[in-house]
Amino acid sequence: MSRYRKIVQKVFASILFIVFVSLGNTSFAADGEALFKANCANCHKPLEDYTGPKLQGARARQPNLEWAYKWVNNVNAMLETDPYAKALLAKYGSRMSQFNLPKEDIKAILDYADAYTAPAALASGGGAAGAPAEDNSLLFGILTLVLAVIALILLQVNSSLRKLSEEKDGVIRSEPVPFYRNKSYIMMGVLVLFCLGGYITINAAIGLGRMKNYQPEQPIYYSHKVHAGTNQISCLYCHGGAQDSKHANIPSVNVCMNCHMAIKEYKGDPIVMEDGKSVNGTAEIQKLYKYAGWNPDIKKYDKPGQPIEWIRIHNLPDHVYFNHSQHVKVGKQVCQTCHGPIQEMPQVYQYAELSMGWCINCHRESKVNFYNKESGEGNKFYSIYEKFHQDIKDKKLDSVTVEKIGGTECQKCHY
Amino acid sequence: MSNKKYWQSFGELNESEAYKKSAKDEFQEELLPLADLDDGLLNAKTPRRDFLKYLGFSTAAATIAASCEMPVRKAVPYLHKPDDLIPGIANYYASTYVNEGDITPVIVKQRDGRPIKIEGNEASTITNGGTSAQVQASVLDLYDTTRLRYPMQSDGKDFKEVTSFDAFDKLIAGAMGTTGGKPTVLLTSTITSPTTLQIITEFLAKSPSGSRHVQYDAISYSGMILANHATYGKKAIPSYHFDNAKVIVSLDADFLGTWLSPVEFTAQYTKNRKINGEKPEMSRHIQFEGAFSLTGSNADDRFLHKPSETGAVALAILSKLGGAVTAPALADANLNKGIDKAVAALNANKGAGLVVSGSNDVNIQIVVNAINEIIGANGKTINWAITSNYRQGVDADIVKLVDEMTAGSVGALLVYETNPAYTYYDSKKFSDGLKKVPVTVSFNGTMNETAELCKFSIPANHWLESWGDTEAKTGYISLLQPTVNPLFKTRAFETSLLKWSGNPSEYETYFKTYWVGKLGSADAYEKGLQQGLIQPAAPAVAGATFSNAPLADAAAKLAGAKGKGAYEVVIYQKVSIGSGKQANNPWLQETPDPLSKVTWDNYAIMSPALAKTILGLDIIGSQHQGDGYEVHPEKPTVKVTVNGKSLELPVLILPGIHPNVIAVALGYGRQSANKDRTIEYIGRSATGAGFNAYPFVTYDGTGFIYSAAVDIVKTGNTYPLGQTQVHGSSESRPVIYETSLTQFIADPERVLEEPREERKKLIPFGGKEYEKDATIYGQYDRPGIKWGMSIDLNTCTGCSACVVACTAENNVSVVGKTQVMKAHEMHWLRIDRYFTGDMNNPDVVFQPMLCQHCDNAPCENVCPVAATNHSSEGLNQMTYNRCIGTRYCANNCPFKVRRFNWLDFNGADSFPDNQMPLIGTDLNEVTIQMNDDLTRMVLNPDVTVRSRGVIEKCSFCVQRLQDSKLVAKKAEDPSLVRNVKVACAQACPGGCITFGNVNDKESEVAKVRTDKNRMFYVLDQLHVLPNVSYMAKIKNSDRHITNEKEEEGAPVEGAKKEVEHA
Repeated sequence: MSRYRKIVQKVFASILFIVFVSLGNTSFAADGEALFKANCANCHKPLEDYTGPKLQGARARQPNLEWAYKWVNNVNAMLETDPYAKALLAKYGSRMSQFNLPKEDIKAILDYADAYTAPAALASGGGAAGAPAEDNSLLFGILTLVLAVIALILLQVNSSLRKLSEEKDGVIRSEPVPFYRNKSYIMMGVLVLFCLGGYITINAAIGLGRMKNYQPEQPIYYSHKVHAGTNQISCLYCHGGAQDSKHANIPSVNVCMNCHMAIKEYKGDPIVMEDGKSVNGTAEIQKLYKYAGWNPDIKKYDKPGQPIEWIRIHNLPDHVYFNHSQHVKVGKQVCQTCHGPIQEMPQVYQYAELSMGWCINCHRESKVNFYNKESGEGNKFYSIYEKFHQDIKDKKLDSVTVEKIGGTECQKCHY
Repeated sequence: MSNKKYWQSFGELNESEAYKKSAKDEFQEELLPLADLDDGLLNAKTPRRDFLKYLGFSTAAATIAASCEMPVRKAVPYLHKPDDLIPGIANYYASTYVNEGDITPVIVKQRDGRPIKIEGNEASTITNGGTSAQVQASVLDLYDTTRLRYPMQSDGKDFKEVTSFDAFDKLIAGAMGTTGGKPTVLLTSTITSPTTLQIITEFLAKSPSGSRHVQYDAISYSGMILANHATYGKKAIPSYHFDNAKVIVSLDADFLGTWLSPVEFTAQYTKNRKINGEKPEMSRHIQFEGAFSLTGSNADDRFLHKPSETGAVALAILSKLGGAVTAPALADANLNKGIDKAVAALNANKGAGLVVSGSNDVNIQIVVNAINEIIGANGKTINWAITSNYRQGVDADIVKLVDEMTAGSVGALLVYETNPAYTYYDSKKFSDGLKKVPVTVSFNGTMNETAELCKFSIPANHWLESWGDTEAKTGYISLLQPTVNPLFKTRAFETSLLKWSGNPSEYETYFKTYWVGKLGSADAYEKGLQQGLIQPAAPAVAGATFSNAPLADAAAKLAGAKGKGAYEVVIYQKVSIGSGKQANNPWLQETPDPLSKVTWDNYAIMSPALAKTILGLDIIGSQHQGDGYEVHPEKPTVKVTVNGKSLELPVLILPGIHPNVIAVALGYGRQSANKDRTIEYIGRSATGAGFNAYPFVTYDGTGFIYSAAVDIVKTGNTYPLGQTQVHGSSESRPVIYETSLTQFIADPERVLEEPREERKKLIPFGGKEYEKDATIYGQYDRPGIKWGMSIDLNTCTGCSACVVACTAENNVSVVGKTQVMKAHEMHWLRIDRYFTGDMNNPDVVFQPMLCQHCDNAPCENVCPVAATNHSSEGLNQMTYNRCIGTRYCANNCPFKVRRFNWLDFNGADSFPDNQMPLIGTDLNEVTIQMNDDLTRMVLNPDVTVRSRGVIEKCSFCVQRLQDSKLVAKKAEDPSLVRNVKVACAQACPGGCITFGNVNDKESEVAKVRTDKNRMFYVLDQLHVLPNVSYMAKIKNSDRHITNEKEEEGAPVEGAKKEVEHA
């Protein structure tokens, strides 16, 4: 989402730019880039064919220079009538979405594509993102143990010395009990073990059913890193339910095929699993074709398809009601808040604990997009919270958290 | 307390020992229903060691079962996701509920491809979005396990699957060739669909000569149709306008419950029953009847007569209004006074009166037509410009058909949506006749008494799977569209007829072509489907020419009619079960009858006086005998004989029924011809529920008569009845406030004087502000929304649509009869029925009772684990996963609305089938109905399915509230949470429930609450601060109606007093 916001901001900025600084014949490439990423990048690349044709030189290939401007906003109509459009559909197999873009935007995009040059290859895998924080707990543990042993020895020495001095004074005492038979020590040991055992048991019991870091093997090796990371496909392109529904929804096979009708093989950086096995991206795409019943050679669905049985990673108990759209659309949370650096995950794992405490903590800290009566900013729905408006006015409150509007009450999630 | 008594049971009336005891020990259950096991454990020699063993074992077992491995869950997305479907978001489709001529325009809520809830279509000008219990429950019929799954052919013993529709069509074509030119008869319930009727006509045109279509209604309205034919020259039923009537006189017509079109009539009726504080006006409703109907219980004045006197009452009214008839004398002085009252009221409101009769006797209906003519109803409250099509069957047709069948002159009988082998008065004759017909085809979607006798069975789709159209009233079209693919291999009835008449097209195409043609364009058709309705902008109202000619003859026949025996029986329908078609619907079976509050059964209703005569049981005079009758579910039975046909029925003693009349409901006692197959064919819920009263119906040569002379003999046996009303007792606390219209106009503040006084008493304990100061718990802010509900006792008719709607919306469990008898019913919303006043003819007040969401909730303070607490929006929250089942909260709830899950009613336990061993001992098949995969498809996925051992109760449909907030936040529009429709409010045909955000002064509920003269909170004096308010009831009667006792110190024991009112 943060990326999305950036894009929106860029689009906004570029429009402002066009409006106010239209005098100077400044480069449109920057604005074109933003527009390209916002509208086209899911299906087009500047330099190579993707789901749709490469955009560099598109105008030159087309029947006339004005064709592109007509096409983008009239896709559905032109697919019925225009011969070049029909030829495109036949070649690429998927219909382009219809847009509603002003001519200057389309021009900016195509200018950007024409001027585009491939960036220099990335330096390396980007592994050294910062040295890992040093873990001192082992050191402290060893220190504690050493100190404990020293303390024990000193205690022993102390008792031996006392015994010696008392013998010197003529007081006869029985043989000292060795420490492992000393009841105080045993008692202490038992107590420590009990506490430790209890702590571990309780923690394990609380953790029952929690599956942080769960990373099952999926029927297809699907890499979010390749799709969302390298190729910058918007999360909502596949998980559109996240802004409408309680479920984010795993995309149906036809959504995958929107792009993979054209993308038959994997040409990116080699994918290597944690255990060192390398993954053949092209073979994984073939698996998808098998599920979809798609024959890439004749570009047709020639077999009955079959839905993919993904292994579900994020599970909430049945008595929890969670709604994605509430968090994404209303709460304006980015996917990464709960799902972690998903764009860097070759295979998805459960990033967050998904425990109630984890939910509640976030609800306590997160601020709602509260309505500001003076400026008119914020979500107008919250205008009904009269008391908070008064408190903000009186400087008793500076912001309203989710908890304030009842976000930690039982029946907000359990019903 | 100065209050007049409102009582729910005879024990409460008499303050008997048993009643006091039961009020004190509200929960008498053993800790577990596994009583035997408990005894064994406690009496064992070493219970402590056993306890430890069990403890150790169960801990270890639970650990192993629960923890070692998390199950691998799959997420399987679509292969091709349909465009208009987002998983997790409900779609709503306009459609129409159709059942034996009943028609209700509805909106179907479909979630992830499954229809899960029916709502009324608020755009309909007929129903205004109202529904009935049957409409609400019909979604469960879709998932009925007894639905037929493929076309079948009978070999005389068993049904064999026919593998394809084509093969079936060939079989039929072959069989039709063997009928030897004898006519084909299509036997259906009333069909109002224009396309279906056209298809039937086309089919019959290609059938042998003499083929015809016979419409047969399980409950006949033939008398009205014939009377209208005689007097108005129209073989139809007009539209009624109860909303235009200032005076309504009903002669045994249960128009709010079961008569003709109760949803429509309730909407009209309640329009004139809503009292406006500034201009208090309401209609006057007088009911004459023998039994105690739902409509009678809502009447302002009610007078009793034997069913055989109905004609005399009608004649008396007509003659006193100036009609040229002589009425036979009626002995009952009270009844005569009532007739005078009705006549006076009708006279005073010429042109704004309406008289309706529920009788199926042609002559009575002719007299009623004459009355309506005299009072100027024709063209005002009776509209002949638009006729009602709900019932069209003429009784003589079916009788003739059965005769022909018996004579062997029918070649083929095609039965659709009707079940004469069960509902026909002489079902044996019908069944025997059916066997003589060479080709018999059933289109019924479920196996029933008729279908199992047919040779071929090709199940039709459920209405939720169907295309279709209905014309409830002339010009009022309501369309059906499928909301789910057919679950089984079923085919539309119309498609079959089309194929068999040589038309290869499917009904869907035929239907589309028809309506596109009719409406002019595909766009208009799409719009019609989208709205579900095509209705005239302003209804035409006109009268019809009335002919007095048949009146003299009818009057003479009626005057000559005499009741035959000492006792008479009234055969009636319950609002839930109706004709019995939906008898296998557990939601309907478990819905308590509004008056008797009995579930799962029918019975003989009799008055306390008659019970004393027949059973020797004096439940009014003798506390001991009263308790003996009332406390145990086992009721004495009587043998009831009508025309030589006998039934042994349990006795339900109800005040307010005529002392020489008993009443028996239809629709029960469904049974397969092959007794072993009843559960398989008729269904788990219908099996064993009640007794079949259809044989008591008689045929008088022109129509079926639903009353008769009866012999009643005590048997000495008993039969258990699951009655709910005695369970949630209000312990004689003042919960109802009512007055009469004249008193209310004279002194509007008087009706709520008592709670005001009570409230004042609390002031010394607090400070100035009642809410804030009279509590030790402090007051909490409701900064944004505060949810509230208001229920108008004046417009609640007790129809129970809300009860079923709540069940459907909130996954409320069905518990079955055995559990109801233990007071384990789970309804979140119940309708309390209170009797008051004259013992022989009491007034009734219905009070929907649900969780009051008290701001000072007594339940919240006693929960040891904080499983129930309060939200900042005023909701009393129930957190199931925290609940450990102490039931302290239920004990501390003054409204008795909390329900405990004694068993795993919904299949929520980890171990499947672990309740099977209990079947037959403590529970029956119905109790675990929702453990079944097909039936569970009806569950609402947004509401947790509660497991055994937790408390549950009304949540104010919190899932709807949360959803409305989400929608409002997305739209950034706070007005969207102003008037949220919770399930009960949506279902109510009378609009008596309003709900919304009371912090918003523009909301309907806040506006309703401004009527301070009628608005009260139940048990306000406990200072629990409920969020549900009620509006006091007002009756438009000249009797003295008040909460105050009429004479100080006089006991309210009507039986000992003579009838003093009216």
